[in-house]
Amino acid sequence: MKALSQRRRHPLAAVALLLMGLLITGGLYMAAGSVNEAKAATGYSASDIEEGNKLFVANCATCHGLNAEGSADGPSLIGVGAAAVDFQVGTGRMPMQMQGPQAQAKPVQFDDAQISQLSAYVASLGAGPAIPSEDMLDTSHGNSAAGGTVFRVNCAMCHNAAAAGGALTRGKFAPALAGVSEKHIYEAMITGPQNMPVFNDSNITPDEKRDVITFLKEIESQGSPGGAKLGSLGPVAEGLFIWTAGLGIIIAFTIWLTSRPS
Amino acid sequence: MSTTTEYTPKTSTGRIAHFVDQRVGGSGIVKEFGRKIFPDHWSFMFGEVALYTFVLLLISGTFLTFFFDPSMAHVIYNGSYNPLRGIGMSAAYASTLDISFDVRGGLFMRQVHHWSAILFVAAVSVHMLRVFFTGAFRKPRELNWVVGGVLLILAMAAGFTGYSLPDDLLSGNGLRIIDGVVKSIPLVGTYISLFLFGGEFPGTLIIPRLYSLHIMIVPAIILLMVGIHLFMVVVHKHTQYPGPGRTNDNVVGFPVGPVYAAKAGGFFFIVYGIVAAISGLLTINPVWNYGPYDPSPVSAGTQPDWYIGFVDGALRLMPGMLGNFSFEWNIPFPWGVNTLSLNVLVPALIPAGIMFTIMFAWPWIESWVTKDKREHHLLDRPRNAPFRTGMGVAGVVSYCVMWAAASSDLIATHFHVSLNDVTYWLRVLFILGPILGFVVARRIALSLQRKDREIVLHGRETGVIEMSPEGAFSERHADLDVYKLHTLVNYEDRKVIPAQPNAAGHISRSEKRRGALSKFFFEDRVAPVTPSELAALKAEHGHGPAEIEGSSTESIEK
Repeated sequence: MKALSQRRRHPLAAVALLLMGLLITGGLYMAAGSVNEAKAATGYSASDIEEGNKLFVANCATCHGLNAEGSADGPSLIGVGAAAVDFQVGTGRMPMQMQGPQAQAKPVQFDDAQISQLSAYVASLGAGPAIPSEDMLDTSHGNSAAGGTVFRVNCAMCHNAAAAGGALTRGKFAPALAGVSEKHIYEAMITGPQNMPVFNDSNITPDEKRDVITFLKEIESQGSPGGAKLGSLGPVAEGLFIWTAGLGIIIAFTIWLTSRPS
Repeated sequence: MSTTTEYTPKTSTGRIAHFVDQRVGGSGIVKEFGRKIFPDHWSFMFGEVALYTFVLLLISGTFLTFFFDPSMAHVIYNGSYNPLRGIGMSAAYASTLDISFDVRGGLFMRQVHHWSAILFVAAVSVHMLRVFFTGAFRKPRELNWVVGGVLLILAMAAGFTGYSLPDDLLSGNGLRIIDGVVKSIPLVGTYISLFLFGGEFPGTLIIPRLYSLHIMIVPAIILLMVGIHLFMVVVHKHTQYPGPGRTNDNVVGFPVGPVYAAKAGGFFFIVYGIVAAISGLLTINPVWNYGPYDPSPVSAGTQPDWYIGFVDGALRLMPGMLGNFSFEWNIPFPWGVNTLSLNVLVPALIPAGIMFTIMFAWPWIESWVTKDKREHHLLDRPRNAPFRTGMGVAGVVSYCVMWAAASSDLIATHFHVSLNDVTYWLRVLFILGPILGFVVARRIALSLQRKDREIVLHGRETGVIEMSPEGAFSERHADLDVYKLHTLVNYEDRKVIPAQPNAAGHISRSEKRRGALSKFFFEDRVAPVTPSELAALKAEHGHGPAEIEGSSTESIEK
């Protein structure tokens, strides 16, 4: 200790002190961050649940009931799990803009901390699917070809082979999947939002889910090899194009070629 | 036997031409065809578009045959499209992917082939609509109309067989629907299906079989039909729109050489350029999206190419049950229960059957109703044949309703309406649309005829407003120039021809039916202005307001 106190006036003492302070602050911050991360995947703190409860009562209880027990206007949320909340609130579908055939995506209403608190509260009501970990979403370990096969067998009948979306009955629809985050795609598969069926882990394993996400991200990022893709909607868009623009250009030329009448 | 010195050309080009001419008689051909006159109108050029896109199809198709493998042998894809690498598929699909990703220029040629295919059928259709609405199918061209109709069906057959070749999920689903339709045919359906697919669907034979049809049989018949079609065009000469100096006995226009040779030749490259530009910029049939064919999945947005759309739409419109009445009949026979699937059979075959029957028979139906057996080389303006225009529009509407039904899912998602409601509305329109279309189109045609009459009798509006000494305002009307006048007054005035007794003084039942149809078609008509009518009105107006006098002298001075 004496050696240390003797050198307290050393020219580099201030620098060492500053460095130490920074290291401690940074280390603490890192520790706090990783603690938070761990909580997202496993458990939530009591304060998160309490804050989530407040948010829930203020924003969700009108339809889902004060204790999330459900009402005529909305289903019970007991046992839907954190993943369902993270998907519905995280994509802006909840709180719902209006009752209709299905909840539409709209600008997200809460920040990430609030969504996490809401998830914590709903997760505390009963066991349900948890928010997937980073590892389950890491597309660098996925196989897009295997994912494409799973996608065509399980998803394409509603979402279209190129994930461009499609119609369901009575005004319901399967949305296009471009621009949806890996986490939300995964959560949709395990929770089955709106009219989507649940694809649990025995139906599509977590690895296959990651393959599907890899496939979707790859076809989204590769662009269209053949030029403008006309919405990837299939031959209707192609036929519409040739009958309007295609024949329009042809007719313009025929008129030009015969514009000097006899 | 001639003693004159033989002609010796001075230039080398001349010598080559002379050499060829003496051996094959080229100058005779050029003299005959080079002086052939074609009338000039933009609407006459769709047949050319069809011909040129067909040539494009032959060129691009030949390129594709060099690389396409029409086999359903199982292979593991190992090409450069990553999202399908390592997946098992047929050799046909794998080679289509190779054409798209690993053959230089292959994707462009595939897109040229497919874009020109759907443009080809569209051009054939528009050409037929032009021929129908202008009455160009009348004697002596009835047979050529039939050949044209056969060409339309062949074009659809060529398109569908080609669409199915890549053996992707989308086209496989289309084949599955065809298989279902074939199987719904009573008694023989199942056997026809087993015969077509060489066993149970999908089997391993259908792609090579479709390939033979697509690259050999169908194009060969199309070429033959195109030959007959063009031969008859030359024999009949081209029709022309009515106008001063144009009669049933002449053709007013430009000669093939040099005008049309240049125009048509140039137009080929214009069409080629348009198709190439579209193919370079826009994806068509991205087979890599659909994946290899597998009988279990069907993806959303599965539709056929546009020209098969109306059949798909009819299938989508057909209810399986109407209240408690089921369209699936289970008929007990001594050997067991046989199923008659009217819910598939009726929509798949009846609307198309009715449409093509009326289309092929129309020239004879029309000449039977109008008792018109004369030759016609002058076209009708569509407004001057309100009955035909109405019938044509009714056909177009019913086609378009079925067509729209083939995209009912896209209508639902893009206009944010319920898919069910789209189907219900289209079902209503399928019944009411053609009737409304007929009535509205005929009324519009009659009104346009009345407008023409009005213009002929009172001249065109000049936009000059005059004030009379009494303070009344009126617009000056100017006489039409004679060319315009000729077009507006010279058209065929079809009247009701009541049922006529035959030689024995008996009115046959079919003649009564003809009389009733004639009444239905021609009861409402607008007669063309006659010269005496016009002269009488002129005389009457001669004492009337000064503006008519002033303007008529003006037009005389011109």
